[in-house]
Amino acid sequence: MSADEPLVLGIETSCDETGVGIVRGETLLVDAIASSVDEHARFGGVVPEVASRAHLEAMVPTIERACGQAGVRLQDLDAVAVTSGPGLAGALMVGVAAAKALAVALGRPLYGVNHLAAHVAVDVVEHGPLPEPTMALLVSGGHSSLLLVPDVTSDVQSLGSTIDDAAGEAFDKVARVLGLPFPGGPHIDRAAREGGQVAIDFPRGLTNNRDMERHRFDFSFSGLKTAVARWVEAREASGEPVPVADVAASFQEAVVDVLTRKAVLACMENGVHALQVGGGVAANSRLRAMAQERCARAGIALRVPRPGLCTDNGAMVAALGAQMVARGREPSDLCLPADSSMPVTLVRA
Amino acid sequence: MLLLAIDTSTSAITAALCGGPGPVSRTVLDARGHSERLAPLLAGCLAESGHTAGDVTHVAVGTGPGPFTGLRVGMVTGTTFALARGIPVVGVCSLDALARTAAAAAGDGELLVATDARRKEVYWARYGVRAGRAHRLTDPAVARPADLPAEVRALPTAGRGPVLFPDLFPRPLPVLDVDAAALGALALEGLELGLAMPVEPLYLRRPDALTSAERASR
Repeated sequence: MSADEPLVLGIETSCDETGVGIVRGETLLVDAIASSVDEHARFGGVVPEVASRAHLEAMVPTIERACGQAGVRLQDLDAVAVTSGPGLAGALMVGVAAAKALAVALGRPLYGVNHLAAHVAVDVVEHGPLPEPTMALLVSGGHSSLLLVPDVTSDVQSLGSTIDDAAGEAFDKVARVLGLPFPGGPHIDRAAREGGQVAIDFPRGLTNNRDMERHRFDFSFSGLKTAVARWVEAREASGEPVPVADVAASFQEAVVDVLTRKAVLACMENGVHALQVGGGVAANSRLRAMAQERCARAGIALRVPRPGLCTDNGAMVAALGAQMVARGREPSDLCLPADSSMPVTLVRA
Repeated sequence: MLLLAIDTSTSAITAALCGGPGPVSRTVLDARGHSERLAPLLAGCLAESGHTAGDVTHVAVGTGPGPFTGLRVGMVTGTTFALARGIPVVGVCSLDALARTAAAAAGDGELLVATDARRKEVYWARYGVRAGRAHRLTDPAVARPADLPAEVRALPTAGRGPVLFPDLFPRPLPVLDVDAAALGALALEGLELGLAMPVEPLYLRRPDALTSAERASR
């Protein structure tokens, strides 16, 4: 193998996407995805057992598709990487077992990696080596975290995270209140374009002075979601029509305001000059715009991978695995567990 | 021919290499450790038998029925291993493997296999036994033990059903969990006969969730 250009396959099954990516060094060769999101839409949210069944069904075809599109034979791989946590336990286990089977069958090292660290690492295939340190704002249906990342292959520090709902979860729940389909993010983003961002003054969680002492870089979106629901109920009770666009825009503004304000503050207070935004919510157009504006004003370089690499995917796992191989990190043991609550400080299990 | 057999549908995590001069099989009992322990077990089987992964020519996986999470670990391990080696993979009903082991010790007649389906239910199927060999008489199913006909429950019973419900299954057989060597032997016979052996998980229950439409109609 070439030590600085290792060929690594990555598997991601922490939620409802079966992702298989292949990376050579810092070059993305393929990012194959099978999503069960349409099946979950019928249930109004991700159902763990539905996701796990879909992973089992999709695993072999998705690996085959990835190899075919990349023109790579499995025996040419230098290493196999897999998300070992955090995520849905039963879903993770499908990916972890598949990765171990590849490792045993091919006689290659196995890297069980942290899902959140992989969201940070993926940007090397888009924008080159990560600035060290980097600040990362990861926002999805399962996570809302601010991470200080001196070295994504070995040292990731959590500055804060949500104390209740994840940002993406709040989007889904508010979408339901407004009668918009699941997943809520893209629908709210679209509806908000016609609405007023300051039409309704929704609360900004954990931003008052006392909270900024105790929860400086934490987030809370549960109160916001409830405030939106109450506002809509009151409107309906009075027999007036609900201004969906205004509610969507004002809600989105409240979320994006807190996320970007705290991310920029974290950069400034830690002397970090690069901010990366990742996770499914990074596809939100207002979040991208406001992050751009605030980073520019603070002299921070903003990096946002393209939307397909922000949502869950296998490429990010392969990218982190390849960086671990290149930096000579130790592989995982074959008895690697799937760890649904894997702490972000554990980059490799 | 060297066949790797895997089953994770019961409390046993079990793997075997069959087709050689005598099967090499390894089993650990750990109802919650499938994801951690199966791969080291495979590697151990290969090492003990003096083979490498490249020597394996076929894979067989137990398709359940069994608790879903554990079942999937064995199935995805087998299918992915086969993909990586470019070899065929076949599926075998896990209850058949239990029946095969139990029949060797039982007399002619019938036996029942009843395994732990959690939620106070069992996965079960009924088998005929002749000259130490079992053939399945009913499709695998899931049921509350008390809902099985009395004459079915009265059959000699393999699996953990009798351990969990001793009052309802009065004739336990000393075969509790799947042995991959038995599953592998069934797969070899099936391959010999050219049987269709689909690799489809036998869930027998739908996921526990209501669709938005179902919720609304309640």
